[in-house]
Amino acid sequence: MESRSVKIRDGLFNLELLQGGSGDPLLFLHGSGGVRQGPYLDMLTERFTVYAPSHPGFGDSDGLERIDDIIDLALFYHDVMDELGLESAHILGHSLGGMLGAELAALCSHRVKRLVLSNPVGLWRDEEPVVDFFALTPTEYLDHMLYDVDSPAAKEAFATPESREGVMEAMYQRLQSFSAAGKFLWPIPDKGLKRRIHRIKAPTLIIWGESDRLVPPSYAEDFQSKIADSTVAILSECAHVPMIEKPEEFVSLVTEFLKD
Amino acid sequence: MKLHFFHLMPYRFLPDDFTEKHRSVWVDVDSALFDPVKGHQIYNENLDELEYASQLGFDGICVNEHHQNAYGLMPSPNLMAASLARRTEKSALVVLGNSLALYNPPVRVAEEFAMLDCISGGRLVAGFPVGTSMDTNFCYGQTPADLREKYQEAHDLIVQAWTRPEVFSFNGKFTQLRYVNIWPRPIQKPHPPIWIPGGGSVETWEWVARHDYMYCYLSYFGHQRGLNVMKGYWDEVERQGRDKNPYRAGFLQFIAVAESDEQAEKDYAEHAEYFYNRCLRVYPGFADAPGYRTMKTVRAGLTAQFERQTAQASAGALTWKNFVDQGYILAGSPESVAQQLEEAAKALNVGHMMVLLQFGSMPPDLVRKNTELFAKEVMPRVRPLFEEYEDRWWINPLPDSQRMTPQAMAEPAGAPAGGGS
Repeated sequence: MESRSVKIRDGLFNLELLQGGSGDPLLFLHGSGGVRQGPYLDMLTERFTVYAPSHPGFGDSDGLERIDDIIDLALFYHDVMDELGLESAHILGHSLGGMLGAELAALCSHRVKRLVLSNPVGLWRDEEPVVDFFALTPTEYLDHMLYDVDSPAAKEAFATPESREGVMEAMYQRLQSFSAAGKFLWPIPDKGLKRRIHRIKAPTLIIWGESDRLVPPSYAEDFQSKIADSTVAILSECAHVPMIEKPEEFVSLVTEFLKD
Repeated sequence: MKLHFFHLMPYRFLPDDFTEKHRSVWVDVDSALFDPVKGHQIYNENLDELEYASQLGFDGICVNEHHQNAYGLMPSPNLMAASLARRTEKSALVVLGNSLALYNPPVRVAEEFAMLDCISGGRLVAGFPVGTSMDTNFCYGQTPADLREKYQEAHDLIVQAWTRPEVFSFNGKFTQLRYVNIWPRPIQKPHPPIWIPGGGSVETWEWVARHDYMYCYLSYFGHQRGLNVMKGYWDEVERQGRDKNPYRAGFLQFIAVAESDEQAEKDYAEHAEYFYNRCLRVYPGFADAPGYRTMKTVRAGLTAQFERQTAQASAGALTWKNFVDQGYILAGSPESVAQQLEEAAKALNVGHMMVLLQFGSMPPDLVRKNTELFAKEVMPRVRPLFEEYEDRWWINPLPDSQRMTPQAMAEPAGAPAGGGS
C-alpha cells in the first residue's frame, strides 16, 4: 500500500493515509494503537480499494487539538470522505475505530454501505467493565490483547525493536497513540453511543476474538441487540486483534460479508 | 533564604508486609488499611506539628493536595489551611496547592483562597500545581491530553476572578460562566503570590517564567538529582531575559537533624525507609498516564518522579545509606546539615527552601525533636543566605494594627462544666 498525505478542510488538518488495491472503497478505522501493519491490509486490497488513515493525533496526522470528542471525530471523517471523493463506502473499524465507525454510521447512514465492527468499544456494563488498558504496563497490555503472545503472527506484529533508538521510538509512538486515544476513551469508553446506535441502518457484521481480555466478547451481544441488521462472528483462539492474530479468517469473514 | 515547614501528612500505620501484599499506595490502595480512629490521631498530631513550626519561626507552613492514597492524607489542603489560619500568626500559609483542573468550576479555588487570605490577614501563598497523574487522571478522571489546557484555562479564570472589579463573562472551552463576581476578594493585591509546583515539564518552565511566577520543584530525591531540573528552569528564565533572583525558585528537601550522624541514622532510618519503600510504592501503570506529560517533555528525556521511583523500587528496597549518600536526605548534626543545606541552596539557586522534617512513619516526639533542632540550630545559620535579593514572590500581610486574633472561648453562662449534652 502507498502512503500519502491528504489535506482536509483547506489544510487545517493533515491526514496520513495508506491507500491501495482496487474495487469497492473500504475505509479502515484503526484502534488505540494506530494502524497496525500486517498481512491483512494487503489481503484486503485484493478485493477492495482500501483507505487506512491515521486519526488526528496518531502517526503523522495532526489537528487533534481541533477535535474535542468522538462526534467531532466522526464528522471529521465525513470531511475525509468528501476529500477522497467517496459518496459512500464500506467501513471496517477496530476497537476505538469500531466505536468511531458505529458513530459515523449512526450520524449519517447513507454514507455507510456496510459496516464491520471488530472488537469495538463504546458500550459499557458495570457488571463486566472494559479493562482500563491505559493503566496496563506494556507487557500486561500485550498479554490482555493477544491470545498467544508467542505466536509467529503476534511476534511479527509486536516485535521489540533491536536498537535502543527503536525501543525509544516505539515507546514514544505508543505514548502518542494512547494519549490521542484517551481523548475519546478516558476514563470510561462510554461516550453516548448508546443514545445513537439505534440509528445505524447499514448491515453490520460484529467480529470478536473469543479470548479478548481487554473488551469482553459478551459486548458482541450488546452491539447486536442494538443494531437492527447485524450478525456476530466469534473467532476462537483469538483475542483483541483478530486482523493480526487470525488474518485469513478475519479477511475471509470481511470479504464474504461485504460482497453481498 | 526563607525556610518553610512542609507536611505531607502520610498515613503512618501501613503494615510491614505492605510492599509484598499491595501493588500501590495510590489510586487502588486497599481501604481496609485505613483506620479512621488513627486518622483522627494523625490529623491532630500533624496540625500540631505545623502550628509548632509556625511558633518556632518558620517563614511558611506548607500543605498540599493528593487523592486516594496513604502517602498524604490531604484531599483538601484548604481545610487544613483554614484550621491553621486560626491558630498561627506570622507564618505564610503556603498551599501547594490546588490542582486547578480538578475544581468545577475553578472559581471555587478563587473563592476558597480569597477566604483563606481574609481569615489569615493576607498570609496566603496560592500554589497551583497541575497535580500528579495518579491524582488527576486516575483518581479524578481527567483526560490526560486535555489536562494542561484545562489547567491553564482555570488559571486564567482564577486570576481574572481575583483582579477584575467588574462582573464579567468567561467563555472558556472547559468552563462557561455568565456572571463571574467572587465574594470575598483577597486582601493581597493584586492577588496572593502564585507559586507553581512542577515536576520538570519543559512547558511549565516556559509558562512560569513568562508569568513571572515562582517555580518550586517538590522532589523526593534530593538536591543532587534536583540540579538537572532546576538548571532547565534557570536556563529558561535566562532565555526569557529575566533575572536569576533565587526567590523565583523553591525546592523540597528531606532533613534529619540529630546530635550526630550516627544518632541521625538511629533516629530516622526506619521512617525514611518507610517513606521511600511504602509511601512511594506506586503501581507503574498509574505513575504516568499516556498524555500526562507532553511529547516535548517526554522527548526531552526527563522522567516523571514516580516513574523513576517505580523503576528504582523494582531494583530493590532502598536503605538509609542510599538516602544519605545520594542526598535524598540531608542528615547529621546541626552544623553538618546547615552546611549541606547551604551548599544545596547555592547550587540550586533556591531562595525558598521547603524542608520535610516529618516523613514516613515518624512519630510526634521525633518530629518535635527534628523541628526544634532545625529551627534553633540550623535555621539561624542558613537564613542570611540570599539576603541581598528582594523577594517579590512573598506575602504582604495586614499590619499588626489591623490584625485580628482568635478570642479565648468564653464559658457560656449557666452551662455545666465540660459542655456537651
